[in-house]
Amino acid sequence: MSILVGRETRLVVQGITGREGAFHSTAMLDYGTHVVAGVTPGKGGQMALDGRVPVFDTVADAVAATGANASCIFVPAAFAPDAMLEAADAGVSLVVCITEGVPALDMLRVYHTLRARDVRLIGPNCPGLTSVGEAKVGIIPGNIHAPGTVGLVSRSGTLTYEVVQAMTDAGMGQSTCVGIGGDPIVGTSFTDVLDLFNRDPDTEAIVMIGEIGGDEEEKAAAFCAREVRKPMAAFIAGRTAPPGRRMGHAGAIISGGAGTAESKRAALEAAGIRVADSPSHIPALLRDAGVH
Amino acid sequence: MKLQEYRSKEILARHGVPLLAGEVATTPEEARAAAERIGGPVVVKAQVLVGGRGKAGGVKLAATPEEAEQRAREIIGLDIKGVTVKTLLVAPAADIAKEFYLGLILDRGARAVTVIASAEGGVEIEETARTNPDAILRLPLDPLLGLQDHNVRRAAFFLGIPAELRAAFSSVLRGLYDAFMGADADLAEINPLVITEGGELLALDAKIVLDDSALFRHPDLEAMRDLNEEEPSETAAREAGINFIKLDGSIGCMVNGAGLAMTTMDLVKLAGGEPANFLDIGGGAKADRVAAAFRIILDDPNVQAILINIFGGITRGDEVARGIVEARASLEREVPMVVRIVGTNAEEAKPILAEAQLITADSLDDAAAKAVAAARAGAGA
Repeated sequence: MSILVGRETRLVVQGITGREGAFHSTAMLDYGTHVVAGVTPGKGGQMALDGRVPVFDTVADAVAATGANASCIFVPAAFAPDAMLEAADAGVSLVVCITEGVPALDMLRVYHTLRARDVRLIGPNCPGLTSVGEAKVGIIPGNIHAPGTVGLVSRSGTLTYEVVQAMTDAGMGQSTCVGIGGDPIVGTSFTDVLDLFNRDPDTEAIVMIGEIGGDEEEKAAAFCAREVRKPMAAFIAGRTAPPGRRMGHAGAIISGGAGTAESKRAALEAAGIRVADSPSHIPALLRDAGVH
Repeated sequence: MKLQEYRSKEILARHGVPLLAGEVATTPEEARAAAERIGGPVVVKAQVLVGGRGKAGGVKLAATPEEAEQRAREIIGLDIKGVTVKTLLVAPAADIAKEFYLGLILDRGARAVTVIASAEGGVEIEETARTNPDAILRLPLDPLLGLQDHNVRRAAFFLGIPAELRAAFSSVLRGLYDAFMGADADLAEINPLVITEGGELLALDAKIVLDDSALFRHPDLEAMRDLNEEEPSETAAREAGINFIKLDGSIGCMVNGAGLAMTTMDLVKLAGGEPANFLDIGGGAKADRVAAAFRIILDDPNVQAILINIFGGITRGDEVARGIVEARASLEREVPMVVRIVGTNAEEAKPILAEAQLITADSLDDAAAKAVAAARAGAGA
């Protein structure tokens, strides 16, 4: 077991014939993910990835023909909101949107529409997620993982890889690693994923990688203090970020004095969670917390 | 992207918000001519995006056109928090009876466009939030329905808008909402919104901040960008498609990924140094982008060393290493470079970097320590 994706995942990739979509779909297939369909309007009936995956014009067609239950989106930002709504409309239960730069007001509509339909959205502006040894959906390199019992949740991409690599190098395997995305409005929050890890019998410890901006880390800390008894470690990026500037991610901004790394660190520590000064310290913090 | 007051007012006026638009001037003579056309007392306002311009002497009253010219002469060229004033707004002065704050923000916590209103106008809303939080109304709007009449009434009663001005208030809030949605804003605020001695409701100052991710569908708004208030290196980075923010330290950073870029800066600080910038080079790290990033970083004379941190992942480390070596050959200024490449083909990258006599590091902590040491050695030389 693991969370959100696994062997039962039957994935449709929206934008499978694009450069990014094709490259990462191949990597997902090679990892063992059941990529059952692709969607590119106007290319229905073709085969993608050297004849390995059938292409459909619409997600509805793909779901009807293949029983796809999850979607991964690689379409440009201007079309991504519609792609997310299309996936939800076609009846998949999980939508993972990799696309960066989706307008925030579009995301408001998409967020509330998918919530109302009980469709789980990961992202946008995220690297996706991997249930180690079972399925990877998105762009996280498969070779950095080792199977194990630590769940990881992060707002970042390459910083996630950095931490995963450090854990793998230290002999600490992962159950599922989830990148929730760096935008101000994302489908799934830290708290949502922490709740799933907390209930997952195969996840014994949890790592959380936050960054400046918003107050989702603070909310997650309050949730952990109330609900989570599994060992945890955390890292918060952006201690040196100046206020009022967006640090690459649309959501990474200190505004009106709120959303600082200090505030997040203090909230996590108040909840009894050890916060690392460097990503490389995370395995040691987990060992201190009783993880082997 | 922040818009200047006069641009923000242009947008609000298009949506029917009552205001005294005034005229833009870039010389004292233009300010005088504007005051003559307006007639009566005017206020001369520096157009800068940084806060606190009033305290810095950037906003002044003038009773006559001669005085407007004189005030403009004082304000143009004024340094307000590092920004030199080049543009003025000359607007009719208003007799203020009552001031309010009225704004809309994209509230990420509430996941809603939210009305913010306060009867304590004229001061920054963050200040009111600290000193008197109960004086602020926060009203999240239904994301699918938008601004409804009952939302408008609630704000009007909260602010104590007199009955005869409620219709006018409704058109202010509706105009502000339409402007916010139409421009894909993150923030649109009127501060102060005033009732004049004559009993008129007017927007005296306005600020709009746009969602950068939505600018692709607003070329007219993108054209309102004020390059006077942007670091030239940040303008160059934006045009090269590189995420860059200039800071005050001596260690230049080049990283792939925003979270990892922030972390790299944090570790430079932890190792006793100061980062000179935030720079996310994005995926791929091809030679031409690396070269552009080098130029942008080295444009800052404070930079004494560069720390390059690339998590290969899908990109091949040896390709990145070749790109770095190739780009470095074209540089005019030499500083020590510490390179850390991890992930796919990281081992193959090492001999390439070693041959080019670049300092290498295996861990990020080690890379940060070496960059700090190299910068110190460079500064001491």
